[in-house]
Amino acid sequence: MKEIVGKIHSIESFGTVDGPGIRFVAFLQGCPLRCAYCHNPDTWDITTKTKYEYTPQQLFDEAIKYKNFIKSGGVTLTGGEPLMQPEFAREYFRLCQQAGIHTTIDTAGSIVSEEALSVLEYTDLVMLDIKALDADLSKKVCGNDGRTTLRFLNELQKRNIRTWIRHVVVPTLTDDDNSIKSLIEYLKSYSVVEKIEWLPYHTLGVFKYKELGIPYRLEGVEAVKKSRIEEIKLFME
Amino acid sequence: MKFNNESWNGFKGDVWRDEINVRDFIQSNYTPYDGDESFLVASSEKTRKVWNKLTEMFKVERERGVYDAETKLPQTITTYGPGYIDKENEVVVGLQTDAPLKRGIFPKGGIRMVENSLNAYGYELDPMTREIFTKYRKTHNEGVFSAYTEEMLEARRSAIITGLPDAYGRGRIIGDYRRVALYGTEILIAEKKHFQKRLDIQEITEETIRSREEVTEQIKALKDFEKMCAGYGFDVTRPAKDAREAVQFVYLAYLAAVKDQDGAAMSIGRTATFLDIYIEKDIREGKLTEEEAQELVDQMIIKLRIVRFLRTPEYNDLFSGDPVWVTESLGGMGLDGRTLVTKSCFRYLHTLYNLGPAPEPNLTVLWSERLPENWKKYCAKVSIDTSAIQYENDDLMRVEYGDDYGIACCVSPMKIGKQMQYFGARANLAKCLLYAINGGRDEISGVQVTPRFEPITSEYLDYDEVMKKYSQMMRWLAKVYVNALKIIHYMHDKYAYEAFEMSLHDGRVERIRATGIAGLSIVADSLAAIRDCKVRVIRDERGLAVGFEREGDYVPFGNNCDSTDKIAVDITERFMEYLRQHETYRNATPTQSILTITSNVVYGKKTGSTPDGRQGGTPFAPGANPMNGRDIKGAVAALASVAKLPFQHAHDGISYTFAISPAALGKEADIQVNNLVGLLDGYFTPTGGQHLNVNVFDADLLIDAMEHPEKYPQLTIRVSGYAVNFVKLTKEQQLDVISRTINQSM
Repeated sequence: MKEIVGKIHSIESFGTVDGPGIRFVAFLQGCPLRCAYCHNPDTWDITTKTKYEYTPQQLFDEAIKYKNFIKSGGVTLTGGEPLMQPEFAREYFRLCQQAGIHTTIDTAGSIVSEEALSVLEYTDLVMLDIKALDADLSKKVCGNDGRTTLRFLNELQKRNIRTWIRHVVVPTLTDDDNSIKSLIEYLKSYSVVEKIEWLPYHTLGVFKYKELGIPYRLEGVEAVKKSRIEEIKLFME
Repeated sequence: MKFNNESWNGFKGDVWRDEINVRDFIQSNYTPYDGDESFLVASSEKTRKVWNKLTEMFKVERERGVYDAETKLPQTITTYGPGYIDKENEVVVGLQTDAPLKRGIFPKGGIRMVENSLNAYGYELDPMTREIFTKYRKTHNEGVFSAYTEEMLEARRSAIITGLPDAYGRGRIIGDYRRVALYGTEILIAEKKHFQKRLDIQEITEETIRSREEVTEQIKALKDFEKMCAGYGFDVTRPAKDAREAVQFVYLAYLAAVKDQDGAAMSIGRTATFLDIYIEKDIREGKLTEEEAQELVDQMIIKLRIVRFLRTPEYNDLFSGDPVWVTESLGGMGLDGRTLVTKSCFRYLHTLYNLGPAPEPNLTVLWSERLPENWKKYCAKVSIDTSAIQYENDDLMRVEYGDDYGIACCVSPMKIGKQMQYFGARANLAKCLLYAINGGRDEISGVQVTPRFEPITSEYLDYDEVMKKYSQMMRWLAKVYVNALKIIHYMHDKYAYEAFEMSLHDGRVERIRATGIAGLSIVADSLAAIRDCKVRVIRDERGLAVGFEREGDYVPFGNNCDSTDKIAVDITERFMEYLRQHETYRNATPTQSILTITSNVVYGKKTGSTPDGRQGGTPFAPGANPMNGRDIKGAVAALASVAKLPFQHAHDGISYTFAISPAALGKEADIQVNNLVGLLDGYFTPTGGQHLNVNVFDADLLIDAMEHPEKYPQLTIRVSGYAVNFVKLTKEQQLDVISRTINQSM
């Protein structure tokens, strides 16, 4: 059997925003989407040589060092799109769950292959990033019509896996009241959805585009104000 | 001895009645509290009036550097009569001099230091005072310099050893100020006389002579203290009879200490749970309301916030922001498994809301995973809101220090009333590495500081050769360092003995000799680079290594990588072993700390480029921190690296300073609190880290504060082991803090 090696862009040992509690977060390399606002464009290309190339066991060995810290949190795989390395993710999560560590995947659900779905077998929580409900808008945001994401959500419902929805609010792109309200409406029929996180668009990753020589499509768009997010939260009541 | 007093009616326990034993009194009488903070109340009108008056005075002080200073009378316990801020509104009284914020002078430590400090702020020392302390009365400073060797002077000049207490009070001695409230001075003096009697033995030795003289000095100081208190209308010869007196007596005792000594760190100990016994008793008996209890605590804290010493600008570079280290240790667990957290621990922390954040007193939470959840959450909330408190690992320290120890200064544990410390500042291990490479010539001045050692002459550094030479150099450094300390403490005992603080210790006190190291992460990184990469030496025309070029990468300290971290562990242990090879003054137990205070900036300035890639002149990391920006796996990985440093070889403390933006701690307030609690629980395991400074703010805020200091008079931040008003730091130190904050919050 050939050994599985995960390509890992970076590691954050004190993750506090990608799932509940303190989390050991690994950012996996590679993503099929090209979101206009992506703040990690350096994770897009899966062929890039990464800083860490670990087997699932090696990453697990690293994570378990922090068991005192992550005991009420856990581990998170994000990226990039972690489901681009499904075998790695599945085995890593299996090891973690076996050691009693809570597992979370942060995904855009843009891959619904059997392999990708098999990761869910060892996943405690999915953070599903819905770019836009509307197919055209989704295309505009990330180059993909977003239908697989919705299929992925159906799979989560079917498997009864705890789900948090994430949605990035970008001025001029995804923050009009109607599309936000219809997303809220759409999610109401999914009992697995526990929470919707409205992520405010920020410009902290813009410098990376310059470094990588990639044109930045949202040049001039300002970061979202806190008050706008509060407003959106009121829509949910 | 059997003591008795009617003030003790209603208290439980026996042992403390038969001997001086504050711990037993606490254990027999305190009420653990596991509830939340909802009982706390706002400050009283009186408190606000006093604080507001001071707030106005702080503005003037910030502008001028000092508010006012004595120019003639040397400070003693009884130099000044009573002084007040706003007499009718002061519930707790007592000032260091005759007016608030006026700084006294302590020429016994060194007359030049006094004169330079006064001149720096535009004052002139009275000629008669100068004459007395140059002609008739020798000072500690003069004593030390009359005995220093050439080598010591050179080591000091080249800043491989810095901050030695040879011109100022050594500090780091905590009197057990609670003894005054519990016993009154009459009993304490009787006990001291009793001890002195036992010192009449067959064979008089130098040590016995000295001890007998010291006890006499202690008794004299207690008598002076009685006079000082009588001036304020208090009879401290007998025990305190209620909470008001207990708070007042403890404060007056501390006040006498800061009237008697200008020690670098004048810590107060562990008073909250002790005082809580009196406060809860009075509340139970209907003699005190919660409002009045908080008022007492608030007003005592106000007094602790205005302790001042006159320092030179050079001193401020090392220990910046006017610190006194009025360290108060809060909480922790008892040996019997009950928590030592009481309502008064909450009341102490609550002063940070009632009076706003402040660096003093240096509130230090003794953390254990078994602390009550409500207390843990409250501490985390206070940290997030104020960045004013620090944490230390009770489960780690309790094993050796019991459950009545306190922190002196930043991170140094000691059993209160039973142990004292001979403070020894720190040695620069990064510079020492350069000395190993350069054969003991200073990389900046070119002076041969050590006896001539064989320098390294190869183009590329060889790990084994460097390690061998570095070990020799560390051994030399340890020798010069501990010998200098013997001179310093001999002279300090002789010319500036802390009679009052020592009167509140047991007769037979355990002594600790504390040294320290700076630059540990630079050394670990440098050695990892030399081992794992090719490091080429760039030499100047003098033949001194002044730069290094590296081919390849190494994993820096702070990424939880065992192969690098074990270098840091090994160096800590190795240097400690060299220190232990020497005799100590008065049989003190040798220890060391990994701590820099704010001197990491000055150390950086005085140290050339190092093999890890650090440019000459740039700051060191504070304390045991990884180098700025090199810990790329996040805070927990960095904590894990620091936690590996062996407490058994750094018993005087291992300081780690952590800065994070609120957003990086979590998205909502309650999540931020839980995550910080989780971080502390994770770090402070029984084998985990020793100390953690927690700063929670955005770098933007600091940048704004640097530009508009007037808007942020109370902005408090934690630096290595203590807290400062950010606006009181030097510009360089501010920039250092900002750059570390930015790197850690990305």
